[in-house]
Amino acid sequence: MGAPGTSPLGPESLRGYLLLAPALVVAFAMLVVPLLALIVLSFWSQDYFTLVKEFTFKNYAAIFALADKPIDFLANPFGIFEKPIYLTLLWRSIKMSLVATLIVVLLAYPMAYFLVFRVKRHKLVWLILITVPFWTSYLLRVFAWKVILGFNGVINSGLISLGLIDKPLEFLLYNPIAVTGTLAHSWAAFAILPIYVSLEKIDRSLLEAATDLGDGRLRRFLRVTLPLSMPGVIAATLLVFIPTVGDYITPTLVGGTEGVMIGNIIQSLFGKANNAPLGAAVSIIAMLAITLLVCLFLKLVGPGRSSAKGARA
Amino acid sequence: MSRLFRFDALFLYAVLYLLFLYAPVLLLPLFSFNDSIYIAFPLKGFTFEWYRQMAENGPLIQALQNSLKLAVTVSIICTALGLLAAKGLTRPYLPGKRLITGLLLLPLVVPVLILGIGLLVIARQIFEIPLSLFTVGAGHVLLCLPFATLVLTSRLEGFDRSLEEASLDLGESAWRTFWRVTVPLALPGIVASLLLCFTISFDEFVLAFFLAGNEATLPMFIFSQLRFPNKLPGVLALGSLILLFSFVAVALSEWLRRQDVQAK
Repeated sequence: MGAPGTSPLGPESLRGYLLLAPALVVAFAMLVVPLLALIVLSFWSQDYFTLVKEFTFKNYAAIFALADKPIDFLANPFGIFEKPIYLTLLWRSIKMSLVATLIVVLLAYPMAYFLVFRVKRHKLVWLILITVPFWTSYLLRVFAWKVILGFNGVINSGLISLGLIDKPLEFLLYNPIAVTGTLAHSWAAFAILPIYVSLEKIDRSLLEAATDLGDGRLRRFLRVTLPLSMPGVIAATLLVFIPTVGDYITPTLVGGTEGVMIGNIIQSLFGKANNAPLGAAVSIIAMLAITLLVCLFLKLVGPGRSSAKGARA
Repeated sequence: MSRLFRFDALFLYAVLYLLFLYAPVLLLPLFSFNDSIYIAFPLKGFTFEWYRQMAENGPLIQALQNSLKLAVTVSIICTALGLLAAKGLTRPYLPGKRLITGLLLLPLVVPVLILGIGLLVIARQIFEIPLSLFTVGAGHVLLCLPFATLVLTSRLEGFDRSLEEASLDLGESAWRTFWRVTVPLALPGIVASLLLCFTISFDEFVLAFFLAGNEATLPMFIFSQLRFPNKLPGVLALGSLILLFSFVAVALSEWLRRQDVQAK
């Protein structure tokens, strides 16, 4: 940076900006503008079929207000009273995503570790093996879990034909655990690959140095390998957490009423419930919550990251 | 001794993990050949019936055509824009690079649902554009562009700028230098980017769900079929074919990426 004789408006950087212009226009027109539009929309209101374009805090008040009557969702009464329903759902979605993310990352780490340190030959084959299930239709992957866990599903019919149970187990599908488990499966590759990359980048001589200086395997892992792979762990956490909070395919297919997430509510507000302004407000609150959590997370793991950088330097 | 044991434990874990990843996915081909409309054990018998039905399903073929058109167009547009952006980002001097990179990668960290409704709001309530495959395509370009940019930037980062300078010094125009030096060097990255964008667009459901009008894409068609139990075997047959094609595509792109790494 800061090469002599170049300025932000010099021909050298101008050409860079020109090359970047089309991509920036796309990002601006289709991301920044829609987000601004959502913010504006969230301060308007919906009066049955007409959109009232007057500034109001009504939608935000509705989000933070306590529900006074049971709210129907997908024609089922919803078991939440006296609590702000949107916030309750948002909190539940975040909890489910956090648990799913934690499970994904914990399960993925040993796999990535295995790929980097134990697989000597045919690494490409292992990588392809891991990637392939994730390039099949996301819908069908989630749906496969419905087929596995369902009332007449694979587990139940399998257990019955083996004579282990008499009647199907009903607790398998349509609950938060089914959603969390399905999410943990669907997003595994997004955790393995970043951790794999960061482990692969570790300078092996640092590991040798730790061993030479008397660290045991566990100490070496905790003091060298793990801190140095933290960038990958952080990337994996964010790559899994952010999209899963807003996911709504998984809860729709395997969640039932107990597994409803904030994405379902936002979708129904823009669809059947026909209250786009409220939907926009809920989206904004959800995005703020996610951003806040991400910032908090980065702040918390920040020191670990800088020590990893220190070790590399 | 302990070393051998550790290897075995980790190896066992890796195999179990692969099993966990594959079990649900492999159910699709398994039951796509099962002679029963119910997806349950025990298996009944072997049949190609579901594949035959699938081939005769008009709406399915239409949805497949829509998705193919969409994915091809989106992957070409994104790779072209991504290549230009990667050229820009890999320049040695670029003030505000972090900010620009942040903006370009922003779609990766915004939940797709929110991207979808945001685009729906501007399309319907501001510009009053009718929803069609074009609106879906626009959404997919936004979604795929960060991936294309990332893949191509990492490809261009390692390459020797003096090759381009040599070409310019030897009297080639900037345009010919781009085609005769830059593009061939970036080719593995270009192919990987095309494949990645194609796969993302081909599989994308949420944006399509919000932004498509009457023209269904393949994931939308699949979603509409999931509600009807008697349509399921056909969907499984379709899913199995997608699995097969994905495998070929992923293997191809990984192989190309490896070529690329080895070339360095």
